[in-house]
Amino acid sequence: MKWFLLIILLVPCLAGAEEARPLIDNPLVEARLKHLAVELRCLVCQNQTLADSHAPLAEDLRREVREMIAKDMSDKDIIEFLVTRYGDFILYRPPLKATTTLLWVGPFVLMIAGVAALVLALRRRQKKLVDLSLSEEECNRVARLLSEGANRL
Amino acid sequence: MIPEIGHYALILALCVSVVLGTLPIYGAAVGNSMLMSVAKPAARGQFLLVLLAFCCLGYAFAVKDFSVLYVASTSNSQLPIQYRLAAIWGAHEGSLLLWVFILSIWMVAVSFLSTHLPEAMRARILGVMGLVSLGFLLFMLTVSNPFERLIPAAFDGRDLNPLLQDPGMVIHPPMLYMGYVGFSVAFAFAIAALLGGNLDATWARWSRPWTTVAWCFLTIGVAMGSGWAYYELGWGGWWFWDPVENASFMPWLAGTALIHSLAVTDKRGGFKAWSVLLAIMAFSLSLLGTFLVRSGVLTSVHAFATDPKRGLFILVFLAVVIGGSLILYAWRAPRVGLGGGFSLVSREGMLLTNNVLLVAALGAVLLGTLYPLFLDALDLGKISVGPPYFDTVFVPLMTPAIFLMGIGPLAQWKKATLPALALRLRWAFAVSAATALTLPWLIGQWTPLVSLGLMLAIWIVTTSVVGLRERLAHADGGSLMGRLAAVPRSYWGMLLAHCGVAVFIVGVTMVKGFEVEQDLRMNVGETSTVGGYTFRFDGVREVQGPNYTAARGTFHVSQDGREVTVMYPEKRRYTVQNQTMTEAAIAPGLMRDLYVSLGEPVDNGAWSVRLYHKPFIDWIWGGCLIMALGGVLAVSDRRYRLAWRRKEAEVPAATQMARQTIS
Repeated sequence: MKWFLLIILLVPCLAGAEEARPLIDNPLVEARLKHLAVELRCLVCQNQTLADSHAPLAEDLRREVREMIAKDMSDKDIIEFLVTRYGDFILYRPPLKATTTLLWVGPFVLMIAGVAALVLALRRRQKKLVDLSLSEEECNRVARLLSEGANRL
Repeated sequence: MIPEIGHYALILALCVSVVLGTLPIYGAAVGNSMLMSVAKPAARGQFLLVLLAFCCLGYAFAVKDFSVLYVASTSNSQLPIQYRLAAIWGAHEGSLLLWVFILSIWMVAVSFLSTHLPEAMRARILGVMGLVSLGFLLFMLTVSNPFERLIPAAFDGRDLNPLLQDPGMVIHPPMLYMGYVGFSVAFAFAIAALLGGNLDATWARWSRPWTTVAWCFLTIGVAMGSGWAYYELGWGGWWFWDPVENASFMPWLAGTALIHSLAVTDKRGGFKAWSVLLAIMAFSLSLLGTFLVRSGVLTSVHAFATDPKRGLFILVFLAVVIGGSLILYAWRAPRVGLGGGFSLVSREGMLLTNNVLLVAALGAVLLGTLYPLFLDALDLGKISVGPPYFDTVFVPLMTPAIFLMGIGPLAQWKKATLPALALRLRWAFAVSAATALTLPWLIGQWTPLVSLGLMLAIWIVTTSVVGLRERLAHADGGSLMGRLAAVPRSYWGMLLAHCGVAVFIVGVTMVKGFEVEQDLRMNVGETSTVGGYTFRFDGVREVQGPNYTAARGTFHVSQDGREVTVMYPEKRRYTVQNQTMTEAAIAPGLMRDLYVSLGEPVDNGAWSVRLYHKPFIDWIWGGCLIMALGGVLAVSDRRYRLAWRRKEAEVPAATQMARQTIS
């Protein structure tokens, strides 16, 4: 019975199933589209890239980008075109300009300032600390007290 | 009638929280033990009242009482019962109720498990938690009441968002909130210690297990959210740096920094002020996260402004909690003692550096999340901050942190020397570097990021092995088994959690580096091969669900001529909201996931189809699970079990410290 099922399942496989075609027939264009679309926003979705979205408007925009790629426009030109039409909102990698300087520089400033503050604070702290190291006699006393404590437990 | 009982219970809970938030704290300040003793019964009473309110709302959902506005707007008569109950936390009002409910669960837990704490401390902790719940109850009762009536009643409900109709969504929010709200315990401990002026190593010892447990819940919660996005949204990704995701990730980063800083405060008495600040930060970010997700500010700054009452309340509440605790901190923290001295190259120094890096990473996430909102609010243009930005800033911040994560546990307390550390770690470093250079070639293709990711993962594992070996060599107990048993569970917990990070990194690296995706146009009977697996499309048929109709595709998957699995991706149309959902089919595996998502019908029965081969993707969530297990293991350490059982005799802190250094 098992074998029978297996044969039934396998027969269609063996019967020369055809290889499915890519959705769009030009792999080079698709690769470039993909490369661009993962950094572009689908304008009507909540928060999705143009590459991932199934929305009809995203479909249209992808078609437009494909056409631009087919016209042999460079990535830079395509992005420039999209930005003039839709604004910076379409870019998931915000361009560096006056209003976004803080966004791009902030994290690294934070890290450098944090580490610098840490080093300075530790230096200052080290100076403030009184030397609390124990004399040999005190060490012996601690050990004695501890062993007494251990005996009591 | 029942919803009114719920509403009334909330009002009573508010009254109790007023009592809880004032009398015990005042009592602790003036040393009146009668007032302090109010805390325990008040906390438990508030729990029962909120529980009652929660059950009433659950009942309204269960009996489909569409005369309750919230029920009518988030459920429908056709919605199956498990999703009707999950709809309690399906939108703003109900999730606030869930928040308060979980807060009162933590309060009850504190009231039962704090018998070993001094009475004043316990009174302050419960009092602070009472004040937090006071804010939330007030918010619910004034501007977002889940029990508000809809008269005349709706004939039927508007249904739950189809995205949320999923088993993962039933448990993800409670898990996440257990984590978020759990940080309120760490926060309350910190505020109580600031109020009482007894910010010492004992304080850290007490709040450590609570923080770790909350962190475990949050880890699981965030991982579940990511998993849900992976299988439910149908775009094949697992993390998009969406503001909603970031809202849960920021408290996690703060919490991770906190549990490490508390470890130092507990063991060495250092970092006290810093630990308190992190506790305040973690909880503030939890509050911010709750409100970011639930206030609608993310969809549009302007939507937020259309309902100014809610927005204003939220801003004032955040300002009071964050501002108030920071003022208290600024006032009290300078009096805190310094603790033992240490140099930058020491375990303390490395833990602190890692803390700084984690906080910088947290700052980056916060900046990226809020920046577009601010620009928009100030009318400076609309921008999108997405994965390319976060990947660019996050990787350079986290790489040194993960590198230090390997060294830190091996460095001595107080003062370590770099040459000695380098000598101890030379094998670990050699193995990681060799793997980073060769392994990507063997898998397929060498790229810098894959190499870096694998190096960091191997680095964590090899340094853990070195640490364990050295620990065993120094442990007493004779045989290997005896020595293994002598290693405390908290140490195992740390190793496990760190290895969880390694597993997570492997998952991320492999899936980013070697994922294969294909967009196809498939006719019935056609095949396509992705990552060595052959997918055969066997057509689509109509399926009727409880509240949706679906087109269900059938894909037979084989490898080397052997059938591996059959997959059924769906395209669902939810009838009430007339919304389409892509329900991807996933064949999970230890080494790879196969992922099929159905696009649109093209022509003559052909469909657009997306096929993925995702190597090691389940390691991402596996890693998170391992991290959480590490946390659980650490909390189950012997000293905590003992602490719960008997009231620890007050031992002078210096002696305790000496004992720990020796052991």
